[in-house]
Amino acid sequence: MNGAARFARRIAPQLAILAAILVLISIVFPGFFEVRIANGRLYGSPIDILNRGAPVALLAIGMTLVIATRGIDLSVGAVMAICGATAAWGSTEGYALPATLALSIAAGLACGLWNGFLVAVLRIQPIVATLILMVAGRGIAQLITEGAILTFNQEGLIFIGSGSILTVPTPVIIWMIAGLLFTLVVRWTALGMLIEAIGVNLRASTLAGVNSRVLLIAVYMASGLCASFAGIIAAADIRGADANNAGLWLELDAILAVVIGGTSLLGGRFSILASLIGALIIQAMNTGILLSGFPPEFNLIIKALIVLTILVLQSPATRTAAIFFRRQPGTDPADTRTVTP
Amino acid sequence: MNARMLPLIATVVIFLAAYAVCFIQFPAILSTRVVGNLLTDNAFLGIAAVGMTFVILSGGIDLSIGSVIAFSGVFIAVMLRDTGLHPIPVFVLLLVITTLFGACMGATINFLEMPPFIVTLAGMFLARGMAYVLSIDAVPIDHDFFDVLKDAYWLMPGKGRLTFIGGLMLLVFLAGIVLAHRTRFGTNVYALGGGAATASLMGVPVARTTIAIYALSGFLAGLSGIVFATYTSAGYSLATVGVELDAIAAVVIGGTLLTGGSGFVAGTLVGVLIMGLIQTYIVFDGTLSSWWTKIVIGFLLFAFILLQKGLVLVSTRERGTADRPGRGS
Amino acid sequence: MAENPPLLRAEAVSKGFPGTIALDAVDFTLVAGEVHALLGENGAGKSTLIKCLTGAYRRDSGDVLLEGQLIHPRDPLDAQGLGIGTVYQEVNLLPNLTVAENLFLGHQPRRFGFVSQGRLKSQARETLSHYGLNIDVSRNLDTYSVAVQQIVAIARAVRLSGKVLILDEPTASLDAHEVQMLFEVIRTLKRRGLGIVFISHFLDQVFDVSDRITVLRNGRLVGTERVGDLDRMKLVNMMLGRELEQETRVTGRTDAPSGGPHLTFERFGRSGRMAPFDLAVRRGEVIGMAGLLGSGRTETAEAIFGVTPHDSGDARKDGERIDLKSPRDAVAAGFGFSPEDRKTDGIIGDLSIRENIVLALQARAGWSRPIPPRRQVELADQFIRRLDIRTSDAEKPVGLLSGGNQQKVMLARWLATNPTFLVLDEPTRGIDVGAHAEIIRLIEELCAQGMSLLVISSELDELVAYSHRVIVVRDRRHVAELAGAEITTDSIVKAIASHEAEQQA
Repeated sequence: MNGAARFARRIAPQLAILAAILVLISIVFPGFFEVRIANGRLYGSPIDILNRGAPVALLAIGMTLVIATRGIDLSVGAVMAICGATAAWGSTEGYALPATLALSIAAGLACGLWNGFLVAVLRIQPIVATLILMVAGRGIAQLITEGAILTFNQEGLIFIGSGSILTVPTPVIIWMIAGLLFTLVVRWTALGMLIEAIGVNLRASTLAGVNSRVLLIAVYMASGLCASFAGIIAAADIRGADANNAGLWLELDAILAVVIGGTSLLGGRFSILASLIGALIIQAMNTGILLSGFPPEFNLIIKALIVLTILVLQSPATRTAAIFFRRQPGTDPADTRTVTP
Repeated sequence: MNARMLPLIATVVIFLAAYAVCFIQFPAILSTRVVGNLLTDNAFLGIAAVGMTFVILSGGIDLSIGSVIAFSGVFIAVMLRDTGLHPIPVFVLLLVITTLFGACMGATINFLEMPPFIVTLAGMFLARGMAYVLSIDAVPIDHDFFDVLKDAYWLMPGKGRLTFIGGLMLLVFLAGIVLAHRTRFGTNVYALGGGAATASLMGVPVARTTIAIYALSGFLAGLSGIVFATYTSAGYSLATVGVELDAIAAVVIGGTLLTGGSGFVAGTLVGVLIMGLIQTYIVFDGTLSSWWTKIVIGFLLFAFILLQKGLVLVSTRERGTADRPGRGS
Repeated sequence: MAENPPLLRAEAVSKGFPGTIALDAVDFTLVAGEVHALLGENGAGKSTLIKCLTGAYRRDSGDVLLEGQLIHPRDPLDAQGLGIGTVYQEVNLLPNLTVAENLFLGHQPRRFGFVSQGRLKSQARETLSHYGLNIDVSRNLDTYSVAVQQIVAIARAVRLSGKVLILDEPTASLDAHEVQMLFEVIRTLKRRGLGIVFISHFLDQVFDVSDRITVLRNGRLVGTERVGDLDRMKLVNMMLGRELEQETRVTGRTDAPSGGPHLTFERFGRSGRMAPFDLAVRRGEVIGMAGLLGSGRTETAEAIFGVTPHDSGDARKDGERIDLKSPRDAVAAGFGFSPEDRKTDGIIGDLSIRENIVLALQARAGWSRPIPPRRQVELADQFIRRLDIRTSDAEKPVGLLSGGNQQKVMLARWLATNPTFLVLDEPTRGIDVGAHAEIIRLIEELCAQGMSLLVISSELDELVAYSHRVIVVRDRRHVAELAGAEITTDSIVKAIASHEAEQQA
């Protein structure tokens, strides 16, 4: 099987799920695919999905890399709040746009460095290590905003949240370029393989001379970087930093996007594109539920049920059962199990 | 002395030291009145944290409890408003529902071999969604029985009040301790935390135990919901967001290893009290902003995680296998 | 023993997997009060037979009779209930529970429905006293050595099953003293009338403790013999099915390369793991390292490779000081290290053979200089051919290969980096005899090409065959160095066993 076919097979289930959801929505809501241009910007439900999905898509990029190393980053929601607050603070203090953005990105990288330090140097379990910043992060963000919603009026910053370039909303462009850049960087260099290697077997990779410590710190910093982009977009969108609610529970959506994208929580093989499709699936569900005329109260329930369905389809138990039924009964289940070191 | 006692001892020492610091600044903090309030204010968190302790000891996690507590409050309020039932049958019905809910999550985790993190995340969405469906607005609870529950207390020496809900939390902790250390179920929970595959080879009924653990957590989250409803006299679907995080923090600060297999239910009580004490201190101080609570709790988490890490290192060093866990020399 | 009635009997048991027949109509009889060794190369069907006996696999055909009764165990637990207990190489107990809880998990004594801690402890102490263990049963299992854990596992298995005890490579991670301790336990159990199936790679141990030996080869029964009727040669022949092309060399190689030292280690050590030692390695020289497990062999290798960096002394390469603070430093210095435990320290199971082979080279080049895909394929194909790695495809996950082929992939990974110094820790452990011979041949070939090697092995014959010098380690210090004609298995054994350690070594 050549590379392209393998790649197509890898993302086929995610594309199928996304298509199914979109078709389902368009059946219930026939005008769904209508896209129009107004005031030099695209409008319409599909655009809305791409636009609203920006924060989760961005977070999912970094989260994919972290999960590929057998880690997890619970802090991205809180880091979004910190970075949004930093950007708002920079803006209200009168810094120019580049300085404001640099400050905010630096804050995200610093958060990632902290997580990476705990995981790579102190060797604390990722779920435990990032929990610390998840708990403390909103406190830090509130410290920056002093507990209030910090609003700003900087045109440039607002443009990032609600402007458009060549009719495409800026957030869409940002996450697409980020996704493309990250994919190119990990696949055109050896980063991708080295990340997968440490995700499968950290000790063996280290013994092979892989600089696992630096790589681990790098993926958490990448996650922090993505969180800062997401935080800036979220803040720019509402023209203010809300330390309490910015990015609330988005870490869970991001993890979900990666899981739906088929990257195993046990690390190893990963696909950023599949995670991005996963993020779109989540956003399409949100938008679809809204459009389909269900009372908004049902949103969470329907989301939970869809998530469960997808997870059931992906669960190892279901897969084993599927293989069992496809083959002759009585074959050894041992050789259908994935190999874990 | 067993090294695994050390985190528990550290928790107790930190609690006493923190209390001493508070006492030096605000002598009033030592009164039974403050102690009584500490227990009452944190009763719902403590009860939920007992369930979380069992889940974490088994190597799992339950993200749904905050939503389940909110659901419980709304359920009680709506049932009392719309059906005219007495609270007791409502309580029973609620506990059955939340226990079944937990059991279903446990069954999903076990039979579909899915990570608890993801399954209970779906549970969290589901429970919160059910609460929304029942009512989006806050529903006040107005029933004589609730007033009785709320006002029931035992007057401690020094005029402190040990309220019914504070006492209930202590009882739950007592029951949790007995369950963890004096029953086969308790040992099985620790066994799962030590390694599910090995535990299964040794005859631990993994499926039954996993389901029971999450059912227990669901039951206690329901009970916590009752306490929270009593405490606030209302049911509100947006309440107790993030309580699962507080519960996890209390469990870890209480000295339980977040990766499972090691820890004590009693430690969780101290963890809850430490977190309550921080809030009490901030209230007493009056100038500190509330967000410091989160930052301090984050710092304490960090400190305890480091301590646990250090202990693991020391115990493997003792066997001369610092870098090769699982192998003797 | 023969007069005893059969305790456990397998008659014409077969088991097939897609593509292969793992077990082909094998008969096996275990009588009460005997230790019955089960031997064979990897892939001979030992573990398949065990798994059929303990219910881990459902047999395809044939009968298994326990005390004359046909049994169909569903799983190992069911087998345990019937009387067949198993103890594996990796201790299958829970390190985070106390010794007593591990012994009685699921069967804790209860009073009024609650576990009675007092009775639990006293019963545990009483149980372990039969095994000569007098330890604090209320401490966690992981505070004790593997040997003690192993005995606790046996005690549990015997208590719960009581008729048949299957020991699957129980001695693999024990030192000599601990092995004797374990054998005492086995002999005691034998006297109590248990039937014991013993699986080991160590022939000495097999001769030491067994009464009868059954040999399997390629899924078929070769034969069952009393230990008294067998000698080593005959046993090896049964296992291999051919005359072993024995290395005739009885002393070490005397063709040691001349010339100055390529690498020198001076007062090189790591406190708590390895006493400081001096070592000089010439180009094209093979240095063997012998010693018992836990004597400091692996510790020496790990200090040299920077896994647990040295904290005293220094290392020079061609006179220049080199840093060895991490595996990366060692790789940069031209070192390679194939660790003893392939599964946890060596292979990256889910990645392909190709990726495993290029990994060290890529890691040395750095992430920003990727090896072009075509070059990767070339490298992989080249080593698959050169080392005869048996696989259908270079893109196959390496975890699916057999142990011997995984070992070859490990070697390929390092050879791809063109190392000048290769450290091999037990390169032939746990692999079949064919691959074994190939790896020995490769060692000699590499050294002929001018590569220096440090080879750690428990197989003394093997060390004698390829080493120019042999370092003997004991109690975490280098105690003797043998060269050329001094190297014989006898002299090595003597050096290992000698208790008058030269303190100045």
